[in-house]
Amino acid sequence: MAVNTSYAGRVYPPGEVYQVSAEKIREFAESTANTHPAHTDPSAARALGYPDVVAPPTFAVVIAQRAEGVYIQDPDAGIDFSRVVHADERFTHHRPIVAGDTLTPTLFVDSVTERGPLAMVTTRVELSDDDGAPVASVVSTLAVRGQDA
Amino acid sequence: MSAPVNPRLSELAVGDVVATRTLEVDRARLVRYAGASGDFNPIHWNERFAREVGLPGVIAHGMWTMGAAVGVVTEWAGNPGAVVDYQTRFARPVPVPDPGAATAEVTATVGALDPDAGTARIDLTVVVEGQRVLAKAQAVVRLEA
Repeated sequence: MAVNTSYAGRVYPPGEVYQVSAEKIREFAESTANTHPAHTDPSAARALGYPDVVAPPTFAVVIAQRAEGVYIQDPDAGIDFSRVVHADERFTHHRPIVAGDTLTPTLFVDSVTERGPLAMVTTRVELSDDDGAPVASVVSTLAVRGQDA
Repeated sequence: MSAPVNPRLSELAVGDVVATRTLEVDRARLVRYAGASGDFNPIHWNERFAREVGLPGVIAHGMWTMGAAVGVVTEWAGNPGAVVDYQTRFARPVPVPDPGAATAEVTATVGALDPDAGTARIDLTVVVEGQRVLAKAQAVVRLEA
């Protein structure tokens, strides 16, 4: 089944709320060799002016990939995950993510385009906090190989 | 141990190499990242599955490489929250042998300076077996003037 281009422009209702914990930040930082003490030591984070430990720059992918599932795993979207290659990724931070944040993801399908045997699928997840203020934007593009590619 | 002195925007020039690091990634590291990130795609831990879908073997999560490379920038900047924007394209997969590990050489270079915005663009090269695995890997970092 081909990738369904009619999903371009789709906006999903806000996804499951994500509670950012100090332990999840520690686990993510350690697994990616992000060794700055502000990821694991609350006093080091407070010395930089943060209320608690700070997430590494790509931590938001944890929340974004979870939010993307509603689209990627939708059979009608036509995305065969065994034929997917991650093409690019971008994080824009309006403020750092810290432990204690309660973040709500909203998923946008920015574009679905066919380029020869490849389909390029670009999603965007906007994260906002309890007050509705924007925290981070995560843009991800997947390349999906066609059946003959 | 004295506190490190954080870099200042006015002291930087385009082309300066500000940090380098060697990263090692083995299969155990990928399993840890899978758990930490929630990305359990079997191409990152299951040799049989990876070969069945046409890969040479298990490959690293592109997001692991992206996430690990930027650690040199946050250490250098002295503040993980200083990275306001970070992007890359995934140019080549990183095969991870078993036994053993893949080695990535990371170099962070000043790519552009924007004194009005108070930011520096740090360009990252990540080289595995002589080939760049990330393309246009750029972190925009807010620094003191």
